[in-house]
Amino acid sequence: MPNATTVSTPMLRTKPKISALRRREVIWGYAFLSPWVVGFFLFSLLPIAMTIFLTFTDYKGTTEFAPGNFNLVGLDNYARLLTDQYALPSMGVTLKFALIGIPLGLIIPLLFALLVNSKHLFGANFFRTFFFLPTVIPVVAGTIIFGGVLNTQTGWINLALKALGLDDPPRWFSDPFWAVPALNLLGIWAVGNAMLILLASLQGVPTELYEAATVDGANPLSKFWNITIPMISPVIFYNLTLGLIGSFQYFVPAMLIGGRNGDPQGSLLFFPLHFYRQAFVFSDMGYASVLALVIFVVTLSATGVMFFFAQRMVYYAGGD
Amino acid sequence: MSKRFLRHLTSTTGVTFLGLAVMLIFLMPLGYMLATAFKSESQATVQNAPLWPAAAATFNFQGKDYPLYNVPTDQGTKQLALVSPYREDSDMVDPANPSAGVFNVKGRWRVWEPVYTFSPTLENFSKAWEQVSFGLLFRNTFLIAIISTIGDLISCILVAYGFARFRIPGKNILFLIVMATILLPPQATIIPLFILFNKLGWVGTWLPLLVPAFFANAYDVFLLRQYLMTIPREMDEAAMIDGASPLRTLISVIVPQAIPAITAVTLFHFFFVWNDYFGPLVYLVGKENLWPISVGIGAFVTTYGTHPGLSAATAALTLVLPALMFFFAQRQFMQGVVITGVEK
Repeated sequence: MPNATTVSTPMLRTKPKISALRRREVIWGYAFLSPWVVGFFLFSLLPIAMTIFLTFTDYKGTTEFAPGNFNLVGLDNYARLLTDQYALPSMGVTLKFALIGIPLGLIIPLLFALLVNSKHLFGANFFRTFFFLPTVIPVVAGTIIFGGVLNTQTGWINLALKALGLDDPPRWFSDPFWAVPALNLLGIWAVGNAMLILLASLQGVPTELYEAATVDGANPLSKFWNITIPMISPVIFYNLTLGLIGSFQYFVPAMLIGGRNGDPQGSLLFFPLHFYRQAFVFSDMGYASVLALVIFVVTLSATGVMFFFAQRMVYYAGGD
Repeated sequence: MSKRFLRHLTSTTGVTFLGLAVMLIFLMPLGYMLATAFKSESQATVQNAPLWPAAAATFNFQGKDYPLYNVPTDQGTKQLALVSPYREDSDMVDPANPSAGVFNVKGRWRVWEPVYTFSPTLENFSKAWEQVSFGLLFRNTFLIAIISTIGDLISCILVAYGFARFRIPGKNILFLIVMATILLPPQATIIPLFILFNKLGWVGTWLPLLVPAFFANAYDVFLLRQYLMTIPREMDEAAMIDGASPLRTLISVIVPQAIPAITAVTLFHFFFVWNDYFGPLVYLVGKENLWPISVGIGAFVTTYGTHPGLSAATAALTLVLPALMFFFAQRQFMQGVVITGVEK
């Protein structure tokens, strides 16, 4: 079959050539990914492994990390977690912050997004820019501003509340009950990112869906509930995830307001602040590693639970 | 005017005014900051002084300044200068008619309202600038931001290109891991990193803040990858056929087309550095000379937080640059935010 050979010979020749190209592509590809791969091992994976190792030691940060400067103490650090007088209260502070802040972080940006998406709003770009503006304000500056505006005597919020007839407005950062909600108010200032992606998602909802619903006689509220919310649910879920992760890491504004002790009366002693104090103020790195691991595990499991529910509740257009 | 147009006009007015009201409340703290920053220290201690930067108005009469008061008279409220205050009456002069000279007015001067004029002062700003050594903090923040932004851009562009264009085994798993690192709380790694950097002698220097930036980060890789995937492949394939290496193609074909995404990443990273508190707090403890603005201002707040005017001026100085940058590049910035959030 002379014909067959003439046809198959070039094929046989080109095949190794393609795989050489292919090999070249793979090598280049890995080369491009290498900065991240190296960084992931050095700055994420190894440190996590070492954090887990440290939980079984009594290493103090005051000496060099070397054999002989620490002992293996088994599960002592984990046992200490149960007797730590600050562990549960500080987790309570973090949970309180999360329980108020996460719903606010979902609803307020959605309301803002609906407002700037309204076809009746004149100058939508202007509004979008200024609703976003506080998001770029550095946390430290925002904390200073809210410390002032929520001042019990001279702050504008309490002056306004008094003018509205509230004789005894909250004492915000001076009151153990109100200190966390005051930080939640500061948190509302950073809803810009969530607002923008919700807005983009609102604009992506096909108008035919609304038109069809109008033909069927649906009212605006039922359109919002049955079309808008399901269509933007992936973004709501994304915001929820970020809000959850952020809440469990949150402590910087609390420390700026209440110091390392989380004043007033420990009401701002967030769990990550407790961690920071153990690790870098008391240099108790073995035990602090347990606290770090708690933050990690709580974040991970909360996200895991959410992804589990998201499979049923979130609508992915054309998803798998 | 048609009925429909009229209805449109009413709802536009209504929604726009609602928007303005919401925005006013939302940005009110910024108003507080500006008003307080420009107030003099003496005004802060006066009871019932106005909320805006003000000074008590005076009237110069025969070479001396006398304070002005809103005095209720038969002809309505008049602004009169108080020359000699007594208990139940006072000697006043009318600035509108000084030639009439001093005359006596019945009534307690203490219940009269002083007249204020708008009078912003820069004293808080100059004081804050000196006490916080803003010059040094700005310099440090800029240096850290510039160096780490360069590292972040180089590494993230390379990695994003790898994810966007190359068919390599395990790519999807790797990308999933990149995304998962967003979940990683900084607390989970900071102790070992501190120990590592301490061993290297890097604690007390900027290196722990700069070096990791050269190894890419998840957000920026994701944003760039999404953008690179929208660039048509024909362009780089043409370059490859012409014999350009992948690196050459990246630099001369891909990067010029990805400028909007690169701008967004640059801004994100700059804002991150401007904001980052935890890293410098841990690695630069006791090194005031090396502090970036976040930690420098943070230390200032805990000492001087009780001075409203000084604090407000400090906050204003801290946020003015990020705010200006945002205004100038808001389109790229907002697009970048949208790409990271929606295109999952």
